[in-house]
Amino acid sequence: MKAQDFPAVPRRRRRVSRGAPLPLLVPALIGVAFLVLPLIALLVRAPWRSMPDLLTSTEVWQALRLSLVCATAATAVSLVVGVPLAWLLARVEFPGRRLVRALVTLPLVLPPVVGGVALLMALGRNGVVGRLLDDWFGVTLPFTTAGVVVAEAFVAMPFLVISVEGTLRAADPRYEEAAATLGASRFTAFRRVTLPLVAPGIAAGAVLAWARALGEFGATITFAGNFPGRTQTMPLAVYLALQNDPEAAIALSLVLLAVSVAVLAGLRDRWMTAS
Amino acid sequence: MPSRSSRRIRRALSSGALGAAALLVLGACSSSGPPPASGSGGVSGEVTVFAAASLKESFEELGERFEREHPGTHVTFSFGGSDALAASITGGAPADVFASASPKTMKIVTDAGDASGTPVTFVRNRLEIATLPGNPDRIGSLKDLTRNGLKVVLCDASVPCGAAAKKALDASGLELTPVSYEEDVKSALNKVVLKEADAAVVYRTDVQAAGDKVEGVEFPESADAVNDYPITVLERSENTEAAEAFLALVRSPEGRKALTGAGFLAP
Repeated sequence: MKAQDFPAVPRRRRRVSRGAPLPLLVPALIGVAFLVLPLIALLVRAPWRSMPDLLTSTEVWQALRLSLVCATAATAVSLVVGVPLAWLLARVEFPGRRLVRALVTLPLVLPPVVGGVALLMALGRNGVVGRLLDDWFGVTLPFTTAGVVVAEAFVAMPFLVISVEGTLRAADPRYEEAAATLGASRFTAFRRVTLPLVAPGIAAGAVLAWARALGEFGATITFAGNFPGRTQTMPLAVYLALQNDPEAAIALSLVLLAVSVAVLAGLRDRWMTAS
Repeated sequence: MPSRSSRRIRRALSSGALGAAALLVLGACSSSGPPPASGSGGVSGEVTVFAAASLKESFEELGERFEREHPGTHVTFSFGGSDALAASITGGAPADVFASASPKTMKIVTDAGDASGTPVTFVRNRLEIATLPGNPDRIGSLKDLTRNGLKVVLCDASVPCGAAAKKALDASGLELTPVSYEEDVKSALNKVVLKEADAAVVYRTDVQAAGDKVEGVEFPESADAVNDYPITVLERSENTEAAEAFLALVRSPEGRKALTGAGFLAP
């Protein structure tokens, strides 16, 4: 009797976990509807007939190209400084590490507009550091494409740092120790052992950061302004189009939605599930 | 009662459907406070006023005066680009009064059937060039703004101050490439206040409101692009009495005095 009962327990458990209880299922479905309904509404209200005209305009292509270029550049910047930063936070004990980590991830919760204002104060023509840049090199970041990249990197990099740091903490440090006993320097161990080990985490973080940069609005319009072809990214174009041509705004939103979905779908199988 | 609650439901549904778009427009300054107390007698409760960014200083002053004159009322403002405000009103934003910086943006609201009655012009405004304090670049005319190496900021043509600037530039046959088309007049002005731009074409009232943070330069072409400011009570207002009272204050002699004191022209 007992021997027969035993295997029945996991089977019953499995059956229970398959059918979701109503108190969980209903809110979950509401959650799905809440997140998906606005996107469906976008499709429903889209001006399909005038879409081709709206989407072939040079302004749209300019904005889309600028968005893609700037998001990619911002991701590159984030990778170059964000990965070493994540390594520092995950692998080196130093006083104030928790404070540094909190500060580094602050842009995650900071309203992007606030980030834009802060960037203006720091890197604007009259800013704390920006004034020196202007005096010494004649470089000013506001109203330039570089300014867009800076604004996007500011809000997107924390996503990468968090993602990579998490992966580093999950990775076994004994591989690095083994490399060290075999005579590798710490940097060599990082380059040859750690980096390949956490590559999926880095890739996932990069995708997150890229997607965040692509959608960045508040910091960009505050810090870099709005000029077609130079600083007007898709979100800015959508915002301004909404003010006098809602149909165009819907069309532009659909493009941005399609690009985001395509990127996430294309990279998900390769990266997201690997970590 | 049933008509009112069904209206509320309909509004909730329509604003829900707009979802992200409406949130975007409303931004941080959404004024979805508690529903107004339905005062049956005198004027009381909440009044939500959507007003062009250029009206900020004078309307805030009038709002305080209104709350003093009508104890128990509370005026909430949402200032922004007239077009953004018009878009959120037609999208179902809970506003009682709309004051726009141009008849064109007001028309968006009246066309959608969201205005109650015919909007009236209550002030007019003309443009001025805002330069850095002391005018270090010696800007004396609209033409000076086309000089090389000068960072000039304009309003986007989709907002009234940008449309007016474009009109003035077109009338004088000038080609001006700014460094940025800002989303409303205050953000254009603030780029000069922060010394990020050398000059901006804004309203005379904004230059005045900024005090000594900028210096104003008048230019004759601004006479070709004077903006009429219409104001109206909105159809969906749940506190029409207070909304009417606020509009009456704006159009009253003391209201006009506050507005002309801020640099607006009488209609």
